Amino acid sequence: MSQDTHNHSHGHDHSHSVGHELPFWRKYIFSTDHKVIGLQYGITAVFFLLFGFGLMLLMRWQLAFPKQAIPLIGKLFTEDGVLSPELYNQFGAMHGTIMVFLGVVPLGVGAFGNYLLPLQVGAQDMAFPKLNLLSYWVYFIGGVIMLASFFSPNGAAASGWTSYPPLSVVADNGQTFWLIGMVFLITSSLLGSVNTIVTAIQLRVKGLSFMRWPVLVWAQVVTAFLLLLAFPPLEAAGVLQLMDRLAGTSFFLPSGLVVSGEALKVSGGGNPILWQHLFWFLAHPEVYVLILPAVGIVGEIIAVNTKKPLYGYKTLIYSIIFLGFMSFIVWAHHMFMTGMGVTMSTFFQATTMIISVPSIIILTTYLLTLWGSSIRYTVPMLFAIAFLPMFAIGGLTGLPLGLTASDIHLHDTYYVIGHFHYVVAPGSLFALMAGVYHWYPKITGRFMSDTLGKIHFWLSVVAINGVFMPMFFMGMAGVSRRLYDQTIYAHGAAAQPLNVFMSYCAWALAVAQLPFLYNMATSWKWGKKIESNNPWGGTTLEWATASPPPHENFTTPVEVFRGPYEYSSNKKPLPQFVQEA
Amino acid sequence: MSVIIPYIDKPNPVTGVTNAKLGIWLFLASEVMLFGALFSTLIILRSSATDWPAHGSDVLNVPLATLNTVFLITSSVTIVLSWASLKMKNLMKFKLHMGLTVLLSFGFLIIKYFEYSSKFHHEHYPSTSTFYAVYFTMTGLHGLHVIGGIITNLYLMGPGSKMWKTEPERFTGRIECAGLYWHFVDLVWIFLFPALYLL
Ligand code: HEM
Ligand SMILES: [Cu+2]
Repeated sequence: MSQDTHNHSHGHDHSHSVGHELPFWRKYIFSTDHKVIGLQYGITAVFFLLFGFGLMLLMRWQLAFPKQAIPLIGKLFTEDGVLSPELYNQFGAMHGTIMVFLGVVPLGVGAFGNYLLPLQVGAQDMAFPKLNLLSYWVYFIGGVIMLASFFSPNGAAASGWTSYPPLSVVADNGQTFWLIGMVFLITSSLLGSVNTIVTAIQLRVKGLSFMRWPVLVWAQVVTAFLLLLAFPPLEAAGVLQLMDRLAGTSFFLPSGLVVSGEALKVSGGGNPILWQHLFWFLAHPEVYVLILPAVGIVGEIIAVNTKKPLYGYKTLIYSIIFLGFMSFIVWAHHMFMTGMGVTMSTFFQATTMIISVPSIIILTTYLLTLWGSSIRYTVPMLFAIAFLPMFAIGGLTGLPLGLTASDIHLHDTYYVIGHFHYVVAPGSLFALMAGVYHWYPKITGRFMSDTLGKIHFWLSVVAINGVFMPMFFMGMAGVSRRLYDQTIYAHGAAAQPLNVFMSYCAWALAVAQLPFLYNMATSWKWGKKIESNNPWGGTTLEWATASPPPHENFTTPVEVFRGPYEYSSNKKPLPQFVQEA
Repeated sequence: MSVIIPYIDKPNPVTGVTNAKLGIWLFLASEVMLFGALFSTLIILRSSATDWPAHGSDVLNVPLATLNTVFLITSSVTIVLSWASLKMKNLMKFKLHMGLTVLLSFGFLIIKYFEYSSKFHHEHYPSTSTFYAVYFTMTGLHGLHVIGGIITNLYLMGPGSKMWKTEPERFTGRIECAGLYWHFVDLVWIFLFPALYLL
């Protein structure tokens, strides 16, 4: 502590006070404690995930049984109970937006990053606690705006999560809500990422050099850089689209556009492809924002439950960094069909093939860690192990999409939907669930139920593959994405039985989440109490303190003596924070 | 026990910067990407445009913009002087130079106001052409950054300066960050000026 104390001799002036003296609203609503903010992010994100999932469950009815009234609740949405094409489009656009920007990212970055990163670097809070508070509330407002759009005249945005112009520019008011909501979400991410990077770099405790960072800290820092540098172009693009919609400019509107049989009265001369460039310049790095925190979580859980150092830790870290860099120069692989010319497409094909190498290296280091270890099959470990093949399927199916020759056939089909859902759903989301089970004792001092956890796991693995595996076949059969009713086409009608099967699996998946939600809610009070502060035998700094941690995280000074995952010859953990020969 | 966050006023000996300074550099990096995207938009739209003024000076008021450039560059100097005054422990001089900075930035906005209203007077709106769309959007966003800077600087000059008594080093650090931000706003204008008015 000696080195620390003199550095913050002014600390008492601007520190944000003692936990128990605060009124309720300062302690739980407008708290500056990173742990409270992390939980706020987590709870809000889970709510949005369930909401977005619910939208999809309704859409799956229309997909399985086109133009039939939704039983029981259909009348809430339309007069005849059939999900109308307009609503279908709104639900689809909002499902994507909510899942990505309001669900998975806030859970992976906002919740896990906020809660664990300061603990894992041995800090008492984030570097800028008030900014942290602000990030959460800006995110919250963005979410409220998105939800409010459902109640605006003509409903929510309906142009997909990608919001391609010119359709999105001539669309109804919901799109304006979408754009304003996005500006809030982007601002929140920017504030959050500055905070993350500064905390990780500046507030490291003594002895915690970069190459001793746990893999989750590395993943969060690289993620933060992606958010920091990739989101502003989308913010710019969002402002331009707002101008197009509100001020009548033509940034994304070409000349001679005809809408519903009438020439659009705008100056024209704009470029719709420009939006796609700006959008994908964010949205490709964004997919790594979705996956990297998950990769970090899985790494932590595998190390603890194999009681082995992560195989090739340095290679793993360099791969994550390299992945981060490369993710900025692959974006146009989403745009091969825009007629970009051979030179451009060759370049983006090449970079796409290159970026899959570090992904494979990451997977390989985890697999080699498992090899020859005696695995402790806790519930989080089950999810972490399942993550590996699921992420592999998702990643490998991306390769044919990255090559123009095959992408011409697969682009805009269900195959693409299958690809990215494998990486995001049984990939990222499984990892995030693993994280919830793993750090629940840290947060609450109690375990989640093992039995319920196993039920949740096995039902989910089976159901989720039932939802997404058939999508590859449907896509290869030529069924396009974003179709309201594919049975109007012969090839779509032939594939329709798959849709029915997928819908049943989706509803089963929903049921499978009930034990999880019940488990999360009730274990808080009634879960089995932990016997020690470090129930899993973790080696990283978050286990150096009480579970749950006190307001200031560490009551005694901590110091780091070794790398993040070290074990003695008889597999006894050698925590980073314990000084020992 | 209360929460203690180190390196608020003194630099971290390993990285050599305070938290705020690292933070502001990261923030500026994201701002570079924001304006980078807008400048790319300008280049892409212009290179395919059918009706773009041969020179910005044909439609825009170069003398006024030149005056504005002078205003902003001078304000960048005065904000450095205000920081230097704090280094020399002179709060009054700091306030004087900060006040000048704010005055010059108001000058910038007033001139911008005249420029805009003369455009509106001639019925030139963002919807008129792609050139005007770019012009209004980019200078408008830059103007918002100027307004943000004015608010920050006024705060630091007024109520914010109380910190000088309790934590002088931390306060000086804040002024340095405000200065870095202001230089950035200035720099964006230095790119905007030729890109829109001259070329
Ligand atoms: C590892 C190697 C990967 C490769 C080679 C790859 C390649 C591609 C390609 C080429 C596309 C565009 C397909 C098309 O529209 O025709 C695509 C779409 C997509 N990928 Fe990946 N991908 C990879 C990993 C990931 C990961 C890790 C994620 C997310 C966690 C992800 C999420 C997405 C999403 C969301 C889309 C579709 C976006 C849309 O059009 O709505 N991908 N991928
Ligand atoms: Cu991509």
